[in-house]
Amino acid sequence: MSTPVSPPPVIGSGYEGGIGDQVVNYFRRVRQGEMGALPALGGFVVLIILFSFLSGNFFTPLNLANLLTQTATLMTLAMALVFVILLGEIDLSAGVTSGVTASVFVVLVHNIQMNWILALLIAFAVGMLIGTFIGFFVARVGIPSFVVTLGLFLAIPGLQLLIIGTGGAYRIETPEISAIMNKNLPIVTGWVLLAVAIVIDILISVWDRARRRRAGVLNRPLTLMWARIGALAVGGALFVALMSVDRAAGRGSLNGVPIAHDAIEGVPIVVPIAVGLLWAGTFILDRTRYGRHLYAVGGNPEAARRAGIKVAGIKMSAFIVCSTLAVVAGLFDASRIGVVTASSGSQIVLSGVAAAVVGGVSLFGGRGRLIHAAIGALVIAVISNGLGLLGLPAGVNFLVTGGVLILAATVDAISRKRSGATLLR
Amino acid sequence: MDVPVIELSGVVKSFGPVEVLKGVNLRAYAGKVTALVGDNGAGKSTLVKGLAGVQPYDSGEVRFAGEVVHLHTPREAAALGIEVVYQDLALCENLDIVQNMFLGREETSAGTLDEGVMERQASETLQSLSVRTVKSVRQKVSSLSGGQRQTVAIARSVLKNAKVVILDEPTAALGVAQTEQVLHLVRRLADSGVAVIIISHNLADVFAVADYISVLYLGQMVADLETKNTNNDDVVGYITGSKTYEGTLA
Repeated sequence: MSTPVSPPPVIGSGYEGGIGDQVVNYFRRVRQGEMGALPALGGFVVLIILFSFLSGNFFTPLNLANLLTQTATLMTLAMALVFVILLGEIDLSAGVTSGVTASVFVVLVHNIQMNWILALLIAFAVGMLIGTFIGFFVARVGIPSFVVTLGLFLAIPGLQLLIIGTGGAYRIETPEISAIMNKNLPIVTGWVLLAVAIVIDILISVWDRARRRRAGVLNRPLTLMWARIGALAVGGALFVALMSVDRAAGRGSLNGVPIAHDAIEGVPIVVPIAVGLLWAGTFILDRTRYGRHLYAVGGNPEAARRAGIKVAGIKMSAFIVCSTLAVVAGLFDASRIGVVTASSGSQIVLSGVAAAVVGGVSLFGGRGRLIHAAIGALVIAVISNGLGLLGLPAGVNFLVTGGVLILAATVDAISRKRSGATLLR
Repeated sequence: MDVPVIELSGVVKSFGPVEVLKGVNLRAYAGKVTALVGDNGAGKSTLVKGLAGVQPYDSGEVRFAGEVVHLHTPREAAALGIEVVYQDLALCENLDIVQNMFLGREETSAGTLDEGVMERQASETLQSLSVRTVKSVRQKVSSLSGGQRQTVAIARSVLKNAKVVILDEPTAALGVAQTEQVLHLVRRLADSGVAVIIISHNLADVFAVADYISVLYLGQMVADLETKNTNNDDVVGYITGSKTYEGTLA
């Protein structure tokens, strides 16, 4: 009889085991404080249920479509801010950047009849220039980003006032820009886009698995992949179906006969744009070296530097990405409101920061994802939408939003205390 | 004796009028642990920074496997296979073990991170060092103990076929059991054929793990000892300058 030989040490990866093990692993990670977007997602669902009970007008296709257009600007700005917040930096000027670039766009189109695409490109160039400016002073000169962007927060509205003129207001007359928030996709297009998204998701997931298999490491159970994609498909289908209902129907009738009206149906155009930005940004952060280096610089800049990462370059780029996405937010806002004034974009930036934090992005840097910012923005928008439907005064809205922010920060702090990580960081 | 993997001769480094290294000689052999000891201000860190290419030496000769080389940038040092594990661990707490081990040298395919290849290489490296204390290579570094972090930092250094690994105070912040683990790891590292240079203030650790002890005193190498032929009191004597070395210097 041979003596039993102890097997070589095997180091796990968290990918092994069946579905049961994966579920157990997941809950262990959550208990250890890696909650991610879970609290915000929970809050979002609770709020949806709560408002659906309290107001008959809340869970209607019309209001949900409204809710999405109300959220899109905040969501985009919050996603923009994630790039700098991940580095432990802040951009207080993202809101005014969105305002001034929208002003540049509308004035170019309005006053000198410039081609709208060219004007759009110039607006983006101005946004990138602002980002480069911030990045230069933060990364090369070494001024705290709070100070640099506070300076711009004070200065850029002046520029905007000079561009727009005192008391001025410009209507958005470019149909392509107004359409973003005010028009819907044809119903068929909505379904086709959903199908395309699902197919792309399947292809990427299958390719990932093949690549891991080639490398000789384990994959999670295939069932989990199909469960995730199935959930995405069902959720997406429910949403598109809901948006395919005529939202103008039943809004008025004369002697019991519905008044003739133009149907409002289909997914709002802004939805695929926002989802596309979310997907592209997430892809870059999760799957490219650039994204990995961004997280590394946010986690420990000195370690990143010793690993050969160009920390200053990463910082510059994050501010440029943030300001560029802020331009998109500015266009969304202009499209929804329909006019650009000298004060466009001056109020929104702190709501963007709040959305990111509510969603679970850490202001200390290194932790958080774009989807967190998107969910945080949805939470904040649902609060203001729902309280508005209940007829409560705006003051209540501000109080509740602020309370939710502090609640979210508390959940984050407690979860990190449990995870054993130092609270100082 | 074999050709040393790294051989410094007459290395000089000054910061302004202050001469920190006054013609230092040092040798490190493959498969051996060479301890570099000396009191604060003796020049240990400066010597290491020159080897890492962070602060190039002013003059003197560096030979790598017998060939004269120049170490002017960290990249040149890394290209030769010289890796430094710093005292204040250069790890990102928010990333997992694999991500930290491959930080700055990620494997990609089709323009995206190839997590599978990185995960396998990280596991293989940890297993080759007989690391048993880590449960999963996908654990976040924030969830690791000090000893486990030191383990990850050392594993990171040998990931890409390092020839020389320099450890700066690897046990300074660790408890007794963790120190034991790390010292075992250092020994295995050397046994795998790497030339290890370890800087330490803790002579018990030095005697536990080192094959050779080089003593630096005020910028000069004052003693080159074989661990088995010396003792704690003698080494303390050389470090404090109260004892004079009789043997030949490298």
